[in-house]
Amino acid sequence: MATNKERLLDVQNLETQFRTEEGILRAVDRVSFHLNKGETLGIVGESGCGKSITAKSLMNLVPQPRGKIVGGKIMYYGRSEPMDIASYHHNSSEMRTIRGNEISMIFQEPMTSLNPVFTVGNQLMEAVMLHQKVGKREAKQRAIEMLAKVGISTPEKRIDRFPHEFSGGMRQRAMIAMALSCNPHLLIADEPTTALDVTVEAQILNLMLDLQDEMGMAIIMITHDLGVIAGIATRVVVMYAGWVVEMATTEDIFYSPKHPYTKALLQSIPKIGNRERLLSIPGTVPDLNNLERGWCYFAPRCPHAMDICRQKEPPLIDDNGGHAVKCWLWDKEFVGQQNDEHPAEEQAKTAEEQTH
Amino acid sequence: MSDKRILEVRNLKKYFPIQKGVFRRVVGHVRAVDGIDFYIKEGECVGLVGESGCGKTTAGRSLIRLLDPTEGEVLFTPHDKTVDMAALDKQGLKQMRQDMQYVFQDPFASLNPRMTVGRIVSEPMKIQEIGTHKERMLRAGELLEKVGLSASQMGRFPHEFSGGQRQRIGIARSLSLNPRFVICDEPVSALDVSVQAQVLNLLKDLQDEFDLTYLFVAHDLSVVEHISDRIMVMYLGRIVEIAGASELYETPKHPYTEALLKAIPIADPKLGRRRIALEGSVPDPANPPEGCNFNTRCAYATDRCHKEDPSLQPVKGSEERMAACHYVNELELTGFLVRE
Repeated sequence: MATNKERLLDVQNLETQFRTEEGILRAVDRVSFHLNKGETLGIVGESGCGKSITAKSLMNLVPQPRGKIVGGKIMYYGRSEPMDIASYHHNSSEMRTIRGNEISMIFQEPMTSLNPVFTVGNQLMEAVMLHQKVGKREAKQRAIEMLAKVGISTPEKRIDRFPHEFSGGMRQRAMIAMALSCNPHLLIADEPTTALDVTVEAQILNLMLDLQDEMGMAIIMITHDLGVIAGIATRVVVMYAGWVVEMATTEDIFYSPKHPYTKALLQSIPKIGNRERLLSIPGTVPDLNNLERGWCYFAPRCPHAMDICRQKEPPLIDDNGGHAVKCWLWDKEFVGQQNDEHPAEEQAKTAEEQTH
Repeated sequence: MSDKRILEVRNLKKYFPIQKGVFRRVVGHVRAVDGIDFYIKEGECVGLVGESGCGKTTAGRSLIRLLDPTEGEVLFTPHDKTVDMAALDKQGLKQMRQDMQYVFQDPFASLNPRMTVGRIVSEPMKIQEIGTHKERMLRAGELLEKVGLSASQMGRFPHEFSGGQRQRIGIARSLSLNPRFVICDEPVSALDVSVQAQVLNLLKDLQDEFDLTYLFVAHDLSVVEHISDRIMVMYLGRIVEIAGASELYETPKHPYTEALLKAIPIADPKLGRRRIALEGSVPDPANPPEGCNFNTRCAYATDRCHKEDPSLQPVKGSEERMAACHYVNELELTGFLVRE
């Protein structure tokens, strides 16, 4: 829960590109959002929408050599002086002191992010010794404490075990222990529960909430699962084809979504007790390779697409209450020109009625 | 839906040997499927859910003999004649597989990357020696149209398609022999939500059109609820509960089902931030606990549960409901909709 409204992170027009064989791929295209201290921000979207690359950009860990942050700023306010993460080299000493220490990350598949030839304890102690400048004995003590904190029983024994001796849920717990061992300001969780069963997923999410209450770090939760977002996030960013298409509080996203994509996404999840035909989004996500700008990427799948959607990129419209949407339907000027008798909201409302 | 049982499974077991040492001596068995009994009626869609490692995929594969069951009978009645799939020889199996087909979980691994889509979809017909090459290709084109692709895409290769489209190709292939019964093994778990909805709708439409019977294996409880008429819950190689889809969610009769329901993430922020989590993890199937399989994690376990192994027994007041719990008629369990 956000206790104070102090900024921790301000991402402005972040643009991350990849050079591919076919040309330039804009994985993250002028993405802006902010994060307050102690807050949980959810980033949702389908595969290929740029959510993971956004996260990697925040850590300055864009896959090399093909990927590159080509524009925008990532202002980080966790230190006495604000710094722009995007302006540093990925291997600079500044980045190395931040990564794993002030900002840390957990990944979808814990087995690939743990080193199979070192014991879990070894890997936990490495992070602590590197960043906290403590001795081996103290680091081990700290590692045992962290394992106990994430709910691993008999941590003094488990610490000498190898990752393959842990179950999937335990590995993810160990990853969380590692990520939190240096008391970070920000934890970025990239699909941390996707590889886990529902019962274990519930355990891990509860654990993350407990640890957040205790340690007060901010969390960026990246997932494709709207159910996970509903349970954990206070604000949500919805991404599509590298864009932020909607940004609002969790309540607003779920109860009064504005963007046709968000609405369609919510309607396409099967709900228990409702066996009606699912509303699916026709078509697929556009190929991001050499995608030309200057139109709305969702228009080919959008039930409300208008001429302007195919001719001009929609602006991100903020209602000043923190609910932003990138869609022409909500642009007052444009909708006003179209039809003076129908203000924007009404037009959107009719659009909404058509969906239902 | 008729009352005819298209599939009846009796005491199906699949054990995998654990081998050790230079001589690969068998030191134990992983009991992936440990004696399951169920039936599926014609035209029905039966869901099979459970956590990873509970044996649901092994069960599905044993039915169609992609794995040879260790023990048990798989009585399959596609038309009038009943055949035990578990006892068939290679020739008989080939014939029966015309009526029983399989849709695989991973649309990226289950299509041969070096074959064109037309060849992939027509291959089952080629194996069964049905029609000429031209006829087969014609039929493949029709099938692709049926699943929402176009016949003109027949010459393309799998890598040119997205995940959802590949799953459609897999479905078209499974339908090429006009089967009566299709086992869908997690057909949507590798897909994004918006595409998942497309594929689920497609499966429902095809079921109506071709009068198919499905066994739908999945771990996502909301997906299973959406498509199934009846649901079976598996835990550690056993079926612990069988019930109608809505009954199962409203009034679960097995503590494990209750725990699973409580863990479902719901896309509704008002329903509380914390889901009730089941403690611990699934025991090792090579060394299951004594007594009831679930006693290590069950909130209601008593001494009896640690000693006696409960069998799947009928639930009072209901003909088709079964649950494997000693206290099936005593426990008051909460369903999905009554959650705080």
